[in-house]
Amino acid sequence: MDKFETFSGIAAPMPLVNIDTDMIIPKQFLKTIKRSGLGVHAFDEMRYDDDGNEIPDFVLNQSAYREASILIAGDNFGCGSSREHAPWALSDFGIKVVVSTSFADIFFNNCFKNGMLPIVLPQEQVDLLMKDAEKGANARVEVNLEDQTITSSDGDVIKFDIDPFRKHCLLNGLDDIGLTLEKAASIDSFEAKAGAARPWA
Amino acid sequence: MTTPKTLYDKIWNDHVVHEAEDGTCLLYIDRHLVHEVTSPQAFEGLRMAGRTVRAPEKTIAVPDHNVPTTLDRAKGIDNEESRIQVEALDKNAKDFGIHYYPVSDVRQGIVHIVGPEQGWTLPGMTVVCGDSHTATHGAFGALAHGIGTSEVEHVLATQTLIQKKSKNMKVEITGKLRPGVTAKDITLSVIGETGTAGGTGYVIEYCGEAIRDLSMEGRMTVCNMAIEGGARAGLIAPDEKTFEYCKGRPHAPKGAEWEAAVAYWKTLFTDEGAHFDKVITIKGEDIAPVVTWGTSPEDVLPITSTVPSADDFSGGKIDAAQRSLEYMGLTSGQKLTDIEIDTVFIGSCTNGRIEDLRAAAEILKGKKIKDGLRAMIVPGSGLVRAQAEEEGLADIFEKAGFEWRLAGCSMCLAMNPDQLTPGERCAATSNRNFEGRQGRGGRTHLMSPAMAAAAAITGRLTDVREMM
Repeated sequence: MDKFETFSGIAAPMPLVNIDTDMIIPKQFLKTIKRSGLGVHAFDEMRYDDDGNEIPDFVLNQSAYREASILIAGDNFGCGSSREHAPWALSDFGIKVVVSTSFADIFFNNCFKNGMLPIVLPQEQVDLLMKDAEKGANARVEVNLEDQTITSSDGDVIKFDIDPFRKHCLLNGLDDIGLTLEKAASIDSFEAKAGAARPWA
Repeated sequence: MTTPKTLYDKIWNDHVVHEAEDGTCLLYIDRHLVHEVTSPQAFEGLRMAGRTVRAPEKTIAVPDHNVPTTLDRAKGIDNEESRIQVEALDKNAKDFGIHYYPVSDVRQGIVHIVGPEQGWTLPGMTVVCGDSHTATHGAFGALAHGIGTSEVEHVLATQTLIQKKSKNMKVEITGKLRPGVTAKDITLSVIGETGTAGGTGYVIEYCGEAIRDLSMEGRMTVCNMAIEGGARAGLIAPDEKTFEYCKGRPHAPKGAEWEAAVAYWKTLFTDEGAHFDKVITIKGEDIAPVVTWGTSPEDVLPITSTVPSADDFSGGKIDAAQRSLEYMGLTSGQKLTDIEIDTVFIGSCTNGRIEDLRAAAEILKGKKIKDGLRAMIVPGSGLVRAQAEEEGLADIFEKAGFEWRLAGCSMCLAMNPDQLTPGERCAATSNRNFEGRQGRGGRTHLMSPAMAAAAAITGRLTDVREMM
């Protein structure tokens, strides 16, 4: 996994609440056996009409936001399915950070596994970034994970919280499985103990 | 004296392999269920890293999302991508030596129906699957939740998950349910009350007389939709009904091991005085048969209501409600029972079990569906289908005008050919009414099997109590 480095990018406003995983990547694109190539299908049903033409009103089709790398989203982003195709599609599009007041649990976890950073902020701060994002491509927002800050185009510095272990993994691009396999001896001894206590399990 | 613990605390504690100073835990996984959509990239990851499946004997796979449900499915899958995905699971199951129920096996079905049916799901276990509706298995007092594909690979390789503990939430449904009110109405009403993010960060324990009174099938329906309320998992403490359901299942323990298991399972309840971070109490008698009107499972109303207006909401929900009303083609003030439907879908991991089919048959017995309506019943597994045929339910459905299908996820998420067309309106017993969920432009109203059966007869959303 790539290390998560400080960057500045275009933030796109998506104020709709409850943006679900079926909106992010509809099921017809879940038939792939690969992780890559889903970016073109991100938000498919909001982004293209029945004939496959772009819907001009959709934010990521507007010239200012075509290169967006940050989404400022309404409450409960990513609700619904466990499909990791949702963060795969966003990441393949170029999104590295999603900011909202809340995220669905599984989507939130899935982001970290793909080098993406979901940031939870209080309503007022999401509102501030939403307004900033509405200014278009000139409003570049900076995200610094090391310092846990987002800086708006007007220079407002917003602090955010993140689980220290997840921060460490993102900053260093660490692979979870490799880390867990270092604890193989603990897993062995747990299995021996649990196998004796609950042999049916 | 030890601190009183919740059911969730107890199961969690019994599965912690390692705890770091910051509270990040390595949690042991007893059962890993696998389907074809969220697993190919995980198996590929194992191959690329030269890793194996650590505990193939605890790993169970079944194709369900892509499989055709028409009676001619032995001829194969027409859609090439769907076929490749199912073939990939065939191959991965064989290569890695995991338990497998292929499409041709009578036991094949929706993964969350097959797991309990075969006795893989047992009380006190940790159960995961690359599917959000893994919450279903919480009905047994198992800690069960959905995971993404990276986590599927992690569990395959290590039989553990990296987790932080959630908070405890109690949802109590007191007293008795009124006639015509089912487990589906309970679970939808809870989401209507808490919202789709109300459970975020929590594991819910459902309790109270109305929950205890439910069958195992009903309890699975309730827990299945815990995820729709945002919770990581839903749980119901195991009791005699649970033990009775598990006893004699192919992979349930036998003999002395059974006795030991039951003794352990009887310790799985929330201690008196245990702490819950959030408590919701609903009177069973206040729950009515409900339907959804919008495009979020929180858009729930009693069938006797009228379509709301966007102005009835606040904050970001105003725009979302307006968008839902437009998408659903509804006018505020319209009576829900005046909404005409084109299609009825009975099935899914929420309501595709034998009891659901019995409830639908009870309403449909001797009746015909409305002329011109498209109606299908998709049993949750091959064994549910066989049992329904043995009980004469299939006859009732076919005589009423329903298509009687083979097992699979079908029109719940429309990855196979069972899909709505744009504007087509469906009374569905599934779990999600998201935009495009059942097919691009399709309009979904969620409800119980009995309500869906009633709607099939009249051709509009209907209060099932008028037919009882």
